[in-house]
Amino acid sequence: MARMKFLCDSERCIECNGCVTACKNENEVPWGVNRRRVVTLGDGLPGEKSVSVACMHCSDAPCMAVCPVDCFYKTEQGVVLHDKDMCIGCGYCFYACPFGAPQYPQSGAFGQRGKMDKCTFCAGGPEVDHSEEEFKKYGRNRLAEGKLPLCAEMCSTKALLGGDGDVVADIFRDRALRRGKGGEMWGWGSAYGKPEPGTKKPEVKS
Amino acid sequence: MSKLAIALLVGLFGLSACGDKEGVVVYKQGNYSGKTDGKPWENAAFAGDKAKWDNGIRARGQNQNESKRIGD
Repeated sequence: MARMKFLCDSERCIECNGCVTACKNENEVPWGVNRRRVVTLGDGLPGEKSVSVACMHCSDAPCMAVCPVDCFYKTEQGVVLHDKDMCIGCGYCFYACPFGAPQYPQSGAFGQRGKMDKCTFCAGGPEVDHSEEEFKKYGRNRLAEGKLPLCAEMCSTKALLGGDGDVVADIFRDRALRRGKGGEMWGWGSAYGKPEPGTKKPEVKS
Repeated sequence: MSKLAIALLVGLFGLSACGDKEGVVVYKQGNYSGKTDGKPWENAAFAGDKAKWDNGIRARGQNQNESKRIGD
């Protein structure tokens, strides 16, 4: 059985924010909410790393544990979802989540906030699949269309992988074994050409 | 007599919409008590065929491996 997971390869992420834009557009996410965000460490410094972060659909999800009205549930595929009709907007899940995934739309004046919103792994929610109600509350249900989350599927460098945990792990393992360094890196030959046989390396002046 | 009967009938009909429906969600501590969600393969596209959905998702996942999809 598939257990859905995301994995972001920080060696490949170029901070293009394509995943953020794709998610916003696909799910028509409310104002003030970004279900997916790109975090950059050491921004502007040599060796900076970026990673795309959203709900990690934890196996032992802290948001589920702290919810006072138990509005969270986990699907057979390991996707953590919630019933917005039950959510009271208390914010406990926001404090419990180490990734800052649960967020609240600014629904009115004086800091009034609405029901919690978070990444659904493009799996909709507890409404009839592909219904208008489901789309309005939770966004698109791509999983029921046999598709993976759009953020991962349209990632230009394939830094963000999504899908069955076993498949994602296999892809990443294969990639890490092939990756190499410098001229051995995947795509180096296409970008800079392969060294011609018999050419000597330039001498390094000391 | 008939007027009284009509008035009674109208009254009964009018009150028939009034009921004491539970307006508050009943919480069961530690259990999800919201709406049930359907399975992703229980729709027109997959007609309840779990294996078809599983294989489709797996193949789609493998498409993310560009070194296999387009080669080195």
